Amino acid sequence: MKLIASLLAGLGFGVGLTLSGMVNPDKVIGFLDITGHWDPTLAFVMGGALMVTAIGYRFVLKRACPMCDDKFYVSLDNKIDARLVGGAAVFGIGWGLAGFCPGPAVSAVGLHAMPALWVVGAMLVGMMAKRLIVGRH
Amino acid sequence: MFEHSYVMGLAGGGLIGLSVVFLMATTGRIAGISGMIEGLLDPKAGESAWKLAFLIGLLLAPTLFRLVTGGVPEIGFPHSLGLMVAGGLLVGFGTRVGGGCTSGHGVCGIARMSRRSIVSTLTFMATGILTVYVVGLVGGGQ
Repeated sequence: MKLIASLLAGLGFGVGLTLSGMVNPDKVIGFLDITGHWDPTLAFVMGGALMVTAIGYRFVLKRACPMCDDKFYVSLDNKIDARLVGGAAVFGIGWGLAGFCPGPAVSAVGLHAMPALWVVGAMLVGMMAKRLIVGRH
Repeated sequence: MFEHSYVMGLAGGGLIGLSVVFLMATTGRIAGISGMIEGLLDPKAGESAWKLAFLIGLLLAPTLFRLVTGGVPEIGFPHSLGLMVAGGLLVGFGTRVGGGCTSGHGVCGIARMSRRSIVSTLTFMATGILTVYVVGLVGGGQ
C-alpha cells in the first residue's frame, strides 16, 4: 500500500512539474533571470503548491498517524546554522547553472532528455562527495 | 495580462501540492526529492522502497502526461552540457549538506512555516539569481 501511495504521489508531482513547465530548464533560468527577460511562472507554481500544501498539511497533521504508517516523519529542528545556509547557497549556484533542481531533473529524464540524465548522474556524484566529506547525515 | 503559462503554473503547482499532501496522509513522509535520490545511495530495506517508488512515479509522469494530453512541453537547455554537469554536482552536494531542495524546503517546509526552510529557500533563490546574472555577464557558456 505504502509503495503504491508513494508511486502515485510521485506521478502526481511529476505531472504537476510537466504541466507547469518546470521540467524545462529554460523556464527555470527565466525565473532566476530577474535583470533580463523575467518569467514569473515559477512563482505561480510555488504559490499554488504552497497554498494547497499549507491547507492540506494542517488537516493531515492533526490526525494521530498516517494511513500506512504509525507516525509522521516531520522534523521539528529549528536550528539555523552554517551548514543549512552554506548548503542552500551551493545548491542555488548549481540550480542557476543547470536550470534543474532534483525533481524536474528526474522527470526530464523521463522525457528522454539526455542532458537531464547527465545532470542526475552529476547530482548523484555530488551526493557521494557530500557523504565522503560531511558524512551520511 | 495573465498569460497562459501562469495558469498552467498555478494548476501544476496545485497538483504538486495535492501530491505532497497525499504522500504525508498515506506514508507520513515529507516529499523531499533530494533526500529520496540520496536514499538510492544507501539502500536499506523499509526506508528505500518508498523513495524509489516516488522517483519512478516522477520518471514515468511525462509519459502519463503524453498519454492523456497527446503532447509534452518542449524543453530547452540554456547552458552548455559542461556547465549543466557542473551545476548538477553542486545541486547534489549542496542540497544534501543543506538538508533539502525546492521540494523539501521550498514547498513542504515553508508550508509548515519552518524557519530553517524559509532561510534555505531565500538563500538558494538568492544565489540562483546571482549565478544566472553572473553567467549572463560573462557570456552564458553557450
